[in-house]
Amino acid sequence: MQELPNFAPALPEIFIAFSAIALLLLGVFRKEDATQGITVLAIVAMLFAGLLVPAAAGGRVVTFGGMFVVDGFSAFTKVLVLLASAFTMAMSANWLHREKLERFEYPVLMLLATLGMMLMISANNLMALYLGLELQSLALYVLAAYQRDSGRATEAGLKYFVLGSLASGMLLYGSSLIYGFAGTTGFDALGHSFAQGVPVGVTVGMVFVIAALAFKISAVPFHMWTPDVYEGAPTPVTAFFAVAPKIAAFSLLVRVMVGPFGDLTHQWSQVVIFISLASMALGAFGAIAQNNIKRLMAYSSIGHVGYALIGLAVGDQVGIRGVLIYLAIYLFMNVGTFAVILAMRQKGRLMEGIDDLAGLSKTHPMSAAAMAIFMFSMAGIPPLAGFWGKLYVFMAAIEKGFITLAVVGVLTSVVSAYYYLRIIKVMYFDEPVEALDHGTGKGLSFIVAFNAILIVVFTFLPSSLVSSASTAAAALFGG
Amino acid sequence: MDTMLLEYLPILLFLGIAVAFAAIAVGASWLVARQKPDVAKDSAYECGFDAFDDARSKFEVRFYLVAILFIIFDLEVAFLFPWAVSLGKIGLFGFWSMIGFLGVLTVGFIYEWKKGALEWE
Repeated sequence: MQELPNFAPALPEIFIAFSAIALLLLGVFRKEDATQGITVLAIVAMLFAGLLVPAAAGGRVVTFGGMFVVDGFSAFTKVLVLLASAFTMAMSANWLHREKLERFEYPVLMLLATLGMMLMISANNLMALYLGLELQSLALYVLAAYQRDSGRATEAGLKYFVLGSLASGMLLYGSSLIYGFAGTTGFDALGHSFAQGVPVGVTVGMVFVIAALAFKISAVPFHMWTPDVYEGAPTPVTAFFAVAPKIAAFSLLVRVMVGPFGDLTHQWSQVVIFISLASMALGAFGAIAQNNIKRLMAYSSIGHVGYALIGLAVGDQVGIRGVLIYLAIYLFMNVGTFAVILAMRQKGRLMEGIDDLAGLSKTHPMSAAAMAIFMFSMAGIPPLAGFWGKLYVFMAAIEKGFITLAVVGVLTSVVSAYYYLRIIKVMYFDEPVEALDHGTGKGLSFIVAFNAILIVVFTFLPSSLVSSASTAAAALFGG
Repeated sequence: MDTMLLEYLPILLFLGIAVAFAAIAVGASWLVARQKPDVAKDSAYECGFDAFDDARSKFEVRFYLVAILFIIFDLEVAFLFPWAVSLGKIGLFGFWSMIGFLGVLTVGFIYEWKKGALEWE
């Protein structure tokens, strides 16, 4: 007879799962539309789960027969994911109301996607990894096509679905190869298997797994879906895509590479170095010609993934710390930028062109200032948070002798500064053609202000983030 | 090796019977019965779709919905059989795992019922 497993480490996940089910039933049994209320409840659930995460994580605990792991690393990234989900959910509430698309399934789907991400982060087995990834992806496919009357949104949803299934197929194929040659799917067992030599099948399988995860974080050469999906999907969904799933998939990639394949570093680091270089370059050059700000953000996110991958390519504790700091800062910059984009309305219609920002400094001085802060930060201009994110990654690379990566990183961030600064130029020096609407929501203004202030003051308090990122990275290597 | 292969003998027999049965059914009707095809006889019956047609035709979305719902609950039963057989070995955890799975499916069922997905008109 099997004993019941220890449920305590999975408490945040169980809580989110029950909340999603309860809110689904609440929504379907209410006669009138309850979307606003359910959205608020979902945000509360995410924030509460965010409080549960540190409480559930002491040291490293493995449960559910080795399928599920909780440690400092998982706690750090889970809090990031929950924050990102809560932010984007708050941004969605306003949009759902204005576009008259209030359906209670939206917050429930976001909760389910978040649950999938948390399972991904805590996965300690290739099967648990796949389950978490699919739960996340299936909810995201539906969210991408949520605006089902819009041709672009359905196109985005379909593209994301077809390409995402391809990635899942590659992941499964790689996993089956690894299982076939190593005889196990557990991360702990895999981590002990390769000290003496690696079967070639495992290497091939590992490359397939990397390819699938690179698809999920939209790293080059698996980035093709990103601009189309980001442009077509509803803007709050794009904001969600740009932040939460990326952080989750990235932490999954880090755990898989460092844990089970830690002895294969010399094999995978070439692959990671290549996709890092390619992502940085494509993110910098691809965005130059864009006129749609959501497409631009897509290329920008590809570039950011490239920078964060430098830390993984370095592969030691300092590198992973750099990745975590980068992801945390990336979260706040992106959420803030998308909140500004969501506030871009002209006579009630959502605008997406970069030219529509013209003269924003005269009509909306506060929004323009916040957007300028986000853009400067993304470009990596010194006193702002984005600079520190890049600094920690580049420092890790230089310490371990990855000079090429650091040099290319600096060069591509100079190139990418062009299009970030172009937005600032449009806002401050171009004459407004037609002013954007005023008063597009208190919640949005609050999110914009909160993130902008956070990015400005980060210079004065980097130590708290850096120390918690250090603990998280140490947890990954200590076990 | 031989004992392992021997265990698969029933499956081989099954495969052989299936192929033979299908071949006999089609072949016998082709050989024995009189062939007098006409348009009405060749057309699809009962479920409405032409067998050889452009795949990009419009059809009622309700067919699709019913098919999806059928698959979900069909799979549920497919999972229930191995669970029921091995219930003695998997213990309390196995029992509650399935109850949890059924609970989630029941919530899904309530949702689709309230949404009106089960009503044809």
